[in-house]
Amino acid sequence: MSVFARPITQTPVAWTLPYRGTVGMASLIVAESAIFTIFVVAYLFYAGKSLTGPTPGEVLETPIFYTICLLSSSLTIHFASRFLERGKRGAFLGLWVLTIVLGALFLFGTGQEWHRLIYERGLTISTNLFGTTYYSLVGLHAFHVTAGLLMLSIVFLFGLAGRVGREQSDRVNVLSLYWHFVDAVWVVVFTVVYVVAR
Amino acid sequence: MSSDAMALQTAEVGGARPWVQTLHEWVTTVDHKRLGILYILFALLFLVIGGIEATIIRIQLMRPHNDFVSPQVFNRMFTMHGTTMIFFVIMPVMFGFANYLVPLMIGARDMAFPRLNAFSFWLTAFGGCLLYFSLIGGSGLYGAGNAPDVGWWAYAPLTSRAFSPGHSSDYWTIALLVSGFGSIGTAINIIATILCMRCSGMKLGRMPLLAWLNLVMAGLVLISITPLSAAQIMLLVDRYLGGHFFDTQAGGSAALWMHFFWIFGHPEVYILVIPAFAFASEIIPVFSRKPIFGYPVMVAATVCIAFVSLSVWAHHMFSIGMSSYSNSFFVLTTMVIAVPTGIKIFNWLGTMWGGKIQFKTPMLFCIGFLFQFLIAGLTGIMQGAAPFDWQLTGSYFVVAHFHYVIVGGIMFCLFGAFYYWFPKVSGRMLNETLGKLHFWLFLIGFHMTFDTMHIPGVLGMPRRIYTYEPGRGWDIWNLIVTIGAFIQGVAILVFVANLIFSYLRGPKAGNDPWDAWTLEWSVSSPPPAYNFASIPTVASRRPLWDQKHPEDPDSRYE
Repeated sequence: MSVFARPITQTPVAWTLPYRGTVGMASLIVAESAIFTIFVVAYLFYAGKSLTGPTPGEVLETPIFYTICLLSSSLTIHFASRFLERGKRGAFLGLWVLTIVLGALFLFGTGQEWHRLIYERGLTISTNLFGTTYYSLVGLHAFHVTAGLLMLSIVFLFGLAGRVGREQSDRVNVLSLYWHFVDAVWVVVFTVVYVVAR
Repeated sequence: MSSDAMALQTAEVGGARPWVQTLHEWVTTVDHKRLGILYILFALLFLVIGGIEATIIRIQLMRPHNDFVSPQVFNRMFTMHGTTMIFFVIMPVMFGFANYLVPLMIGARDMAFPRLNAFSFWLTAFGGCLLYFSLIGGSGLYGAGNAPDVGWWAYAPLTSRAFSPGHSSDYWTIALLVSGFGSIGTAINIIATILCMRCSGMKLGRMPLLAWLNLVMAGLVLISITPLSAAQIMLLVDRYLGGHFFDTQAGGSAALWMHFFWIFGHPEVYILVIPAFAFASEIIPVFSRKPIFGYPVMVAATVCIAFVSLSVWAHHMFSIGMSSYSNSFFVLTTMVIAVPTGIKIFNWLGTMWGGKIQFKTPMLFCIGFLFQFLIAGLTGIMQGAAPFDWQLTGSYFVVAHFHYVIVGGIMFCLFGAFYYWFPKVSGRMLNETLGKLHFWLFLIGFHMTFDTMHIPGVLGMPRRIYTYEPGRGWDIWNLIVTIGAFIQGVAILVFVANLIFSYLRGPKAGNDPWDAWTLEWSVSSPPPAYNFASIPTVASRRPLWDQKHPEDPDSRYE
């Protein structure tokens, strides 16, 4: 070993740094935000530019109920991780599974709407620009919800096995950060698709 | 980690291990130093491939009416050359250096997420292999061609099914998408490492500039590689699901692809050059025997460059006919970015001013960088003015300009970095004579090629042209450019020979061959798997200076 490898000064300093999981997830969220921004820009840029129908105004129905489901899942996951921090594993698991159910309901709603649009209204991804941008943007979000649900389910399975305790609450908080992000993106997507570019 | 530690012990005991075991250790490693080396070796392999492609391009353009390769092959060569050099040479080599050096410089034992680190590297490597697999698997249709041939911008509608049958464009798209995810992973890792893993006392204001600049670079990767990924997803939707994002016949817009591509494409230049700045900011002070001049200003200028670089992209698109307001905006932002860049150049000069300059090979490359980067910046400002750009866009002047940045700026710093940190990585010094030969040959070849290349550009020679008529005044210049390219090739061979020769026979380096001041020089060369036996505590920007000069430490003045 080298002669330099001993500590350079001996005075102890107070030294705390942020948790790497939180910073990593925050960075991922920044990156994901940029991806969503590009899709939102494309959606807005092409709004009303389709050469053929159907148009958003004709076929879209605002998914109020499923939006409430997804947004309230942010609350349930928040309280779930708070309970975990205080070591209340039962309450944590209950709220966690509620979060999964609410997220799954939202996905079901998206599936139902897509089914209606495709089979009743004849709107597919290749029908017109609206179809291309709509399915891409909403689909990208639904993909993120799916990924989130998979991760939530893994935590749930570990939780059932009794492997999730207070020591894991940092990591669970990182996952809940992702879930909040997915919900926040839905607020933007909802506003753009169902309100602004209707 | 544990397997690496065991491997180290076995190596120290001196037992000869079967090569399969060594290979297995390298493939499964999560050690930031080994991954850094893998990144760099991967990039060097692709540098050779991209260099061969460049040579083919130059032989084809050496004289008028040449038919060294067919026009189809020529299109593939310039596409693959550009894509390879940007995505599979310079980005991975910069990530490799960041991987290797950042934890050592901030006093950490590894990156924040070692497994994510390995995953990111293998994604990048897989992306590179996918791009070149197109040579085998690209022709989905008979006669559809193999390697991508749409240029590295892949402008719509060239990439649509109608104009790019077969799978060549798909290989291009998916290769960049996959390696883009790798880049994002590495960027997240660099940011988390720098923000969360610094050793005690290593405040942000005490970090080596290399760490600072890589932090900014990683932030830029997060917000500017992702638009490319998004655009690639859209392109895949167009090609596979019948979408209309870039399909003008269904109301889509080819210009939107240009915007999305260059929203990525211009910050990308800074993703490549900021790590090069980082090398210069470490090497120049050590060989001037002075601390860096204006540390806070250097950091501020870097952040400023990153910020402004996000709003200059459309200067690549002046000729598509934007409104005069857009043109003016992008001209102004482009001019503004010259200010922080100029500040950096003055800071490096200020560091050298009054210093005891040692003209070792790393320093030579950095001095070459300073002059050449200045010229590259000046031609950049010329083209930043929209009316001037209208005259010369799409000409060899542009090709000369960005090669001046990438070769004259980035590659020179990169070579400097190789000579500077090779002793740390390998434990042996690179040969100084061969190094100087490499420097002078490369300098001469570089200037022959890229100074000269501006002239046929001004005379109207378009970029990506397959061949040309004699008597337009381009002939002699193209011949000189090609000769220069061969001289650069010889210089690279000298470099490779130096790497191999010095790795086997070079004199032992010791811990600190350059009498430098940052933490990586405090550990043995090569560093042990765990980096630091005990995590150091630092009190200034130059911890090793403090240690070597306890009578007059920097910490007294900071």
